[in-house]
Amino acid sequence: MTSAVSFQKASRHFGSVRAVDAVDLDIAPGEFFAMLGPSGSGKTTCLRLIAGFEQPTSGSISIFGERAEGVPPYRRNVNTVFQDYALFPHLNVLDNVAYGLMVKGVGKVQRHKAAEEALSLVRLPGYGARRPGQLSGGQRQRVALARALVNQPKVLLLDEPLGALDLKLRENMQEELKSLQKALGITFVFVTHDQGEALSMADRVAVFNDGKIMQIGTPEDIYQRPKTRFVADFVGSSNVLPPDFVQRYSGQHRWGSLRPESIRVGRAASGGTSGEGVSARLVSTNYLGATTKLALDADGLRLHAIVPAGTALPGEGEAVVLTFNREHLHLMDEPA
Amino acid sequence: MTTAALSSNPAPAILPGSGGLRGALSDLFWRKPKVLLLLMLLPPVLWLGIVYIGSLFALLAQSFFSIDEFSGLINREFTLKTYGDLFQAANLDIILRTVTMAALVTLASAVIAFPIAYYAARYARGRWKALFYLGIMLPLWSSYLVKIYAWKLILAKEGILTWLLAKLHLLWVLDAWLSLPIVGGNSLSVSFTGTFIVFVYVWLPFMILPVQAALERVPGNLVEASSDLGASPGQTFRNVLFPLALPGIVAGSIFTFSLTLGDYIIPQIIGTSRLFIGQAVYSQQGTAGNIPLAAAFTVVPIVIMGFYLWGAKRMGAFDAL
Repeated sequence: MTSAVSFQKASRHFGSVRAVDAVDLDIAPGEFFAMLGPSGSGKTTCLRLIAGFEQPTSGSISIFGERAEGVPPYRRNVNTVFQDYALFPHLNVLDNVAYGLMVKGVGKVQRHKAAEEALSLVRLPGYGARRPGQLSGGQRQRVALARALVNQPKVLLLDEPLGALDLKLRENMQEELKSLQKALGITFVFVTHDQGEALSMADRVAVFNDGKIMQIGTPEDIYQRPKTRFVADFVGSSNVLPPDFVQRYSGQHRWGSLRPESIRVGRAASGGTSGEGVSARLVSTNYLGATTKLALDADGLRLHAIVPAGTALPGEGEAVVLTFNREHLHLMDEPA
Repeated sequence: MTTAALSSNPAPAILPGSGGLRGALSDLFWRKPKVLLLLMLLPPVLWLGIVYIGSLFALLAQSFFSIDEFSGLINREFTLKTYGDLFQAANLDIILRTVTMAALVTLASAVIAFPIAYYAARYARGRWKALFYLGIMLPLWSSYLVKIYAWKLILAKEGILTWLLAKLHLLWVLDAWLSLPIVGGNSLSVSFTGTFIVFVYVWLPFMILPVQAALERVPGNLVEASSDLGASPGQTFRNVLFPLALPGIVAGSIFTFSLTLGDYIIPQIIGTSRLFIGQAVYSQQGTAGNIPLAAAFTVVPIVIMGFYLWGAKRMGAFDAL
């Protein structure tokens, strides 16, 4: 089957800066694909390579089997939802949504009808006469989505579309985007620096760092079985354990990761160590509502643990013993 | 430890007033910001209100007076006779000539200014941007008269342009153009074409700067969004860039249009003997001593500009502001 988007050793260098460096990538048709990474990791440049705003300096890119290098954005059946929406301020909402159809020469009546339908799809019916400036951030975001979807693109690109929304709205939009993608069956490529967003929405996630893909996999793969220290640390802030520490518990001299929720925290038994468990000191506690996050210091190694709210906790500064199931200790591919 | 040094601040929570007149004034202006605003606005408002608007109204009033043709004295009674005089064939001719010239100069300025402004707004960075501003502003720093006389030398029959065209064996193009009616003449320096060239040259910076400012305010991702939605570069220009640059073009055209309507020096030095509005005003209030007619002539550009702005607003030129 042809991939919706395929990168073969695609690079985009800006002078000496390797924004995207020899990336290989295959996105399946109908997939909800997330590109996750810190700012400057090359994920947005990858998106712009698909949209056609950037051209690869080497390597090749194909969209549904067709070579995309040298093809201008306006000849790609790919649409983008921009980070700050990029709505046209001089046009009302309906004309914004109908813009893509207008430049393709669709008649006024027909394109306004299609735009109205797209607005209903994003639950903004009847907002057509307003100006973008009169809408809230969440509404603008929906208009940007409708403006892209009305063109029935082969691939929809979303560049941190939820970044500017507040938490509640963001959670609603996450669910909506996901169900919309399921209903329409369009390939979504979603750029985000929010690991929670990537894990909850995507079918597959690519983790970017320094212009390279560190790991591609399902959210579960990425979260449970990170391949490198970077992925473990960036996706869900796992505890990264040095090889010497890991050797004591697994017998292998490799980097390891341990999820904060896998660590149990108990009071240090008075009088001697019992061999089992890691003795540590509780540095601070952060109340997070449903859970409490503990910062721990195990003989110079900084660890985090997450325990359910309501757990009886030792005071800050007290000695504690940490225990965990050996099978929760994940060994990474990265050499020691 | 540094934290101890930072956390033990001995100062009180509310600092005492600095005292003196300055301290009292600072506190007063902070509490009543409108007092400060009033003090700052009073001088310019007085200047504009009395000297500028006042003299404009004096001028308007003059235009409703008439001149006694026998004695040459001004008859200070309300009459529309002077405005009627404007519609005599000779005067109407002057008005039409000036408005046509102003419209052509504005159109040419806009067409020439747009690519330059676009380059400056979207591509020029750092040193190139400084060079752009220098290139646009430098002609504004030198004397207007020097520039016009320089153009007279360039455009004269013995001038450098004729010389250059002769070297390129293109003199026949110039001769063909000069043999045309209305726009032609003995040489470029005594033709309407010459007047037009110098007007465009002198007013061009006033068009470039507002257009550049308007284009600079257009976020780059709107151009990308348009292209992303399938618009070719031409469609993006028509549907996004031009409408968003329009307020700047209108602002620039207010300069080029009104400056051309009122100028009397350029057509005097470079051009034919036929008058423009500015020259008519100059001669009516000077040698002819017909102040009311001169005043009526100056009202014409004001009325034209009023209609122009009203039309621009109707067209939606200011919607994107």
